[in-house]
Amino acid sequence: MSDASGGIAVGSLLLALLGGAMRVSTPFLFVSLGECITEKSGRINLGLEGTLVFGAMSGYGVAYLTGSPWLGILAAGGSGLLLGVMHGLLCSLPRVNDIAVGIAMMLFGTGLAFFLGKPLIQPVAPTLPSLVLGGWSSNTQIQEALRINVLLPIGIVLAFALRWAFVHTRWGLALRLVGDNAAAARALGYPVIPVRIAATAVGGFLAGIGGAFLSLYYPGSWNEGLSSGQGLMAVALVIFARWDPVRCALAALLFGAAGALGPALQSQGMTSGYYLFNAAPYVLTLILMSMSWSSGRSLAGAPGELSLVNR
Amino acid sequence: MSLLPLVAALFVTAVLFALFVASQGYPAFDALALVGKGAFGSTFAWQNTLSRAAPIMLTALCVALPARAGLLIIGGEGALALGGLAAAMVPVALAGWPVLLVQGLMALAGFVVGGGWIALSGWLRYKRGVNETISSLLLAYIGAAVFNFLVEGILRDPASLNKPSTAPIGDRYVIGAIPGMDVHWGLVWGVLVCIGAWWLMRHTVFGFAVGVAGGNPRAAQMVGLPVGRLMLMACFLGGGAAGLAGMLEVAAVHGDANADLMAGYGYAGILVSFAARHHPLGVMAGALLVGGIGASGSLLQRHLDLPDAATLVLQGMLFVSLLAFETLNRKGAQRV
Repeated sequence: MSDASGGIAVGSLLLALLGGAMRVSTPFLFVSLGECITEKSGRINLGLEGTLVFGAMSGYGVAYLTGSPWLGILAAGGSGLLLGVMHGLLCSLPRVNDIAVGIAMMLFGTGLAFFLGKPLIQPVAPTLPSLVLGGWSSNTQIQEALRINVLLPIGIVLAFALRWAFVHTRWGLALRLVGDNAAAARALGYPVIPVRIAATAVGGFLAGIGGAFLSLYYPGSWNEGLSSGQGLMAVALVIFARWDPVRCALAALLFGAAGALGPALQSQGMTSGYYLFNAAPYVLTLILMSMSWSSGRSLAGAPGELSLVNR
Repeated sequence: MSLLPLVAALFVTAVLFALFVASQGYPAFDALALVGKGAFGSTFAWQNTLSRAAPIMLTALCVALPARAGLLIIGGEGALALGGLAAAMVPVALAGWPVLLVQGLMALAGFVVGGGWIALSGWLRYKRGVNETISSLLLAYIGAAVFNFLVEGILRDPASLNKPSTAPIGDRYVIGAIPGMDVHWGLVWGVLVCIGAWWLMRHTVFGFAVGVAGGNPRAAQMVGLPVGRLMLMACFLGGGAAGLAGMLEVAAVHGDANADLMAGYGYAGILVSFAARHHPLGVMAGALLVGGIGASGSLLQRHLDLPDAATLVLQGMLFVSLLAFETLNRKGAQRV
């Protein structure tokens, strides 16, 4: 009897993890795809954490004012684009370090979002619709786990599209060339700096959308504690995924599951270690980073111009 | 010369902040004047600024010292929280012991725990090649989780009902105010540690070796310097300074360890260290500036009804401008 009930608990825990993975992974997915594009161009943007928070705020604000969550998504992407352009331009100045600018943009983006978002803490904005895939089952837990947000399939399609585009399109090749060997790109007549600025801008656009997911779907409201390092973990995730968009998507799901561990255990009645389980994604990131990085050796698949890898 | 980028950045920040504030419908010049007044305009303002500067100059060392070894550490907030928590445990365990001994042991506990936490990032970098900037910030989040877990769990004082806290350290062990000022002795500790760090980094063989290892790790290895150990030491000392900041906040401000400890001083320290170009003495001036910005927050809120995040916006603008004007520096870029 006790065995059976234990089995049910494990089963529903796994279901909660699966559902949580699909729910929590979307911001990871969008930020990591954006960062993947930026890093392919040979730059790293650590400021995406700030972009994520700012996107969450602006997306929520516009969705509240216009009544349309889709306009909110667009506004979040647009503001992320602007922050990306800002990062891209600043790093194009001589003697300016992209990692340092990223840290500054992280603090700037969050500060600005908190300032402008003060009046948005109370109002309720419309949220994004979800797709119900579990209608075939009478089990409410399965239905709940399979209720996914519309951005997740969009992101997964985008991941495959990006992987294809990196290899098969002209701009994909130009992007990778600029990121791997700036001198060669220049010799072939590609404008290195504009390509990098564009790549950072597109990266910011996607990260902004990831932020809008936080405020418009899950948790689905705007407050100052909305993001705690998701943007930064997504940057680390790109390295773990070896700059491959499809592997970014898989890693994002893994991180989502880790992020869902705390709430899932809590719903099972485990409350004592709540804070520690919430730290699981950070610990997972650290472990994965130390497994995929290794001193002295270069990282397979790393863009050659990336300051993060060969300093 | 080397001050030109700083002055230009300050000027541009003031203009940008005024424009931003005006665009939000607040009086721009009043806001700028209030920042000056709230930071340095009165004795009270100075005391507020100096009290904030004390922990900030220490968390700035958490960036500045590893930077000397070529590492960019941004996780000082975690070292501050855990160092403060460790320090808060000392008087609980050693109640009744002599005041100076207990305070010294509190400082030691804060230093060792904070230092160990940041040294973990240095170790991951040296042993596994993990980027220390990302790992240190992740460790700051993990540190906050561990802090909350312990303070709301086994270390919680049952008497702290609304705000989970550790047991109070007791009035005997509180670090008091400097005579004639409403600023605690922590400021003097901070200044002494900064001077000590400057002496260590600029006037000792150890400091020179750290600089060589940071400037050119391969060359350092060739001449037989223990690069890994030097990196670890620089991280340990930096983290120790941040842990000491946590100890001072516990012993002089809060009287116990609670979540108020994580007030963002660790992040303010990053800006300060960059503003000072990672110079341990310049860090003191930078801490005064950023402490002043923080101190002006309540005045901005009271008089103009600006959100409290206004000081964060100002700090962010200052940070971005400082880095942008780095391009004017002809003496070459900072490596980190």
